[in-house]
Amino acid sequence: MNVVEKRLLREVADLHDMPAGAYNIRKDGQGVGRQNTENIEIKTKTDKPGIDIIIKPGTKGESVHIPVIITESGIEDMVYNNFDIGEGSEVLIVAGCGIHNSGSKKSQHDGIHHFIIRKGARVHYVEKHYGEGEGAGERVLNPKTIIEVEEGAYAEFELVQLKGVDSTRRSTEAKIHKNGHLLITERLLTHKKQYAESDMVVELLGEDSTTQIISRSVAQDDSQQVFYPRVIGMNKCRGHVQCDAIIMDRAVVRAIPEIAAHHTDAQLVHEAAIGKIAGEQIIKLMSMGLTEQVAEETILQGFLK
Amino acid sequence: MLELQNITYLGEDNTPILKEVNLVLEDKKFYVITGPNGGGKSTLAKLIMGIYQPSSGKILMDGEDITELSVTQRALRGIGFAFQQPPRFKGITVGQLLQLSNKAEIYGELCNYLLDVGLCPKDYMNREVNTSLSGGELKRIEIATLLSRKLKIALFDEPEAGIDLWSFSRLIDTFRNIHSRNGQTTVIISHQEKILELADEVILIADGQIQQKGEKDKLLASILQGCDCSMDCLERTGEADECR
Ligand SMILES: Nc1ncnc2c1ncn2[C@@H]1O[C@H](COP(=O)(O)OP(=O)(O)O)[C@@H](O)[C@H]1O
Ligand SMILES: [Mg+2]
Repeated sequence: MNVVEKRLLREVADLHDMPAGAYNIRKDGQGVGRQNTENIEIKTKTDKPGIDIIIKPGTKGESVHIPVIITESGIEDMVYNNFDIGEGSEVLIVAGCGIHNSGSKKSQHDGIHHFIIRKGARVHYVEKHYGEGEGAGERVLNPKTIIEVEEGAYAEFELVQLKGVDSTRRSTEAKIHKNGHLLITERLLTHKKQYAESDMVVELLGEDSTTQIISRSVAQDDSQQVFYPRVIGMNKCRGHVQCDAIIMDRAVVRAIPEIAAHHTDAQLVHEAAIGKIAGEQIIKLMSMGLTEQVAEETILQGFLK
Repeated sequence: MLELQNITYLGEDNTPILKEVNLVLEDKKFYVITGPNGGGKSTLAKLIMGIYQPSSGKILMDGEDITELSVTQRALRGIGFAFQQPPRFKGITVGQLLQLSNKAEIYGELCNYLLDVGLCPKDYMNREVNTSLSGGELKRIEIATLLSRKLKIALFDEPEAGIDLWSFSRLIDTFRNIHSRNGQTTVIISHQEKILELADEVILIADGQIQQKGEKDKLLASILQGCDCSMDCLERTGEADECR
């Protein structure tokens, strides 16, 4: 693997070497490495591009890394990945896409991820987006994530995109069954002329299903962000949506949270706030000896942590 | 030594908030600034820290004119300020804030400054400085960030506000200890008798001016006896709290 590829893998999957557990690495539209374990099987789809990831019931403490990297200009990649997370298992899944585009053509990766998190399973899913390269070619990522959280299952989805991606349209749809829980944390930083849109719908179907959506974003320069988090309560359930954005320069941020209750015992809350960095915060850090610029970076870093 | 020469500060609409203030703060002395709300105490502290720029006048530190220096530059010269209303920081922990304030000391040592303000480090080092902290907790953390630094001049703006009685007596000890330990000039803006008693000198500010400055024994008697803020009191009917 060359330096660029290694860096992309490090950025999107924290990989410094080949991972210990199961993995599948996709580069420029082709699979370039795979490892299965006794409990985790990764299979290439036969009808369309993509993989099936099957985690046996009761699998504990294992991880799956499925990074995608694009190093050539002009690649348009589209994959369908299915995750079947067996009953009672506990796993960490690290996905993510890194694009290095030094050419003039658009490079794009659209992933459709379909998760079934079976009864009592616990999954932590991390998806990082990263882009780099000096070329004029656009770096585009449009992920679609469909999540089914079965009875008593717990899912934590961490979606991160800090700089480098010119355009992203993220769509997330989730259905939560009895006693199921879904936590989505989204962290986003856009700059220059980047555009990011995140559309989420979480349906709380089962009794005592819960969800929490936490979105933290920073919009710099001339970038634009749009958030549509929606929670629909169909049963006795709890849902909390929190959108928090720091706006800078000439950026535009829109947050349109929606909560809809179809049951008298649905407890749904949404909060949305957009504002610049408080002057007081910068002054406080400056009064501790930080320069204005370092103070600002410190505040943003904390906010997006 | 810090010297304010003819400092005037005009607020919005050019209303004078501080008028022709002259003040000398000597090295290693303990000062308490007191006076009615709106008198200009916080404004004075912010002018010293460089958060506000005076409309006219000069600020000298050890003979050097620091009037044009930024907040950062003044911080690096050893001026520190604990805000009356400290800001909160989403995602930044108490431990990180202490570390930003004192880069030299190792993380583990920083815990001690929390003990100094009556907070258990185990409970607080990893907490975020966000809205989950109460006003009193936030104030104490603010004080701790100042205690952790080696300062020439430490300014505290109403540190006692929102702090319960038990912690308050502990805080008094801390202020006494830290003052002698660090050999710094301490300036506390306060209305509390117990804090006034710590002072070498008390400065009374009202109506944008220094009304009195002197040794605490002489001043305390007159301050505690009667209210010098006739303007403030006349506007009210009956017994105002400040005028007991
Ligand atoms: N930036 C400002 N612009 C205009 N007026 C201000 C500003 N800051 C403070 N003031 C006013 O100046 C006066 C003094 O305020 P302050 O220094 O906070 O008083 P103190 O700390 O003694 O209570 C008050 O009347 C306050 O409303
Ligand atoms: Mg004040």
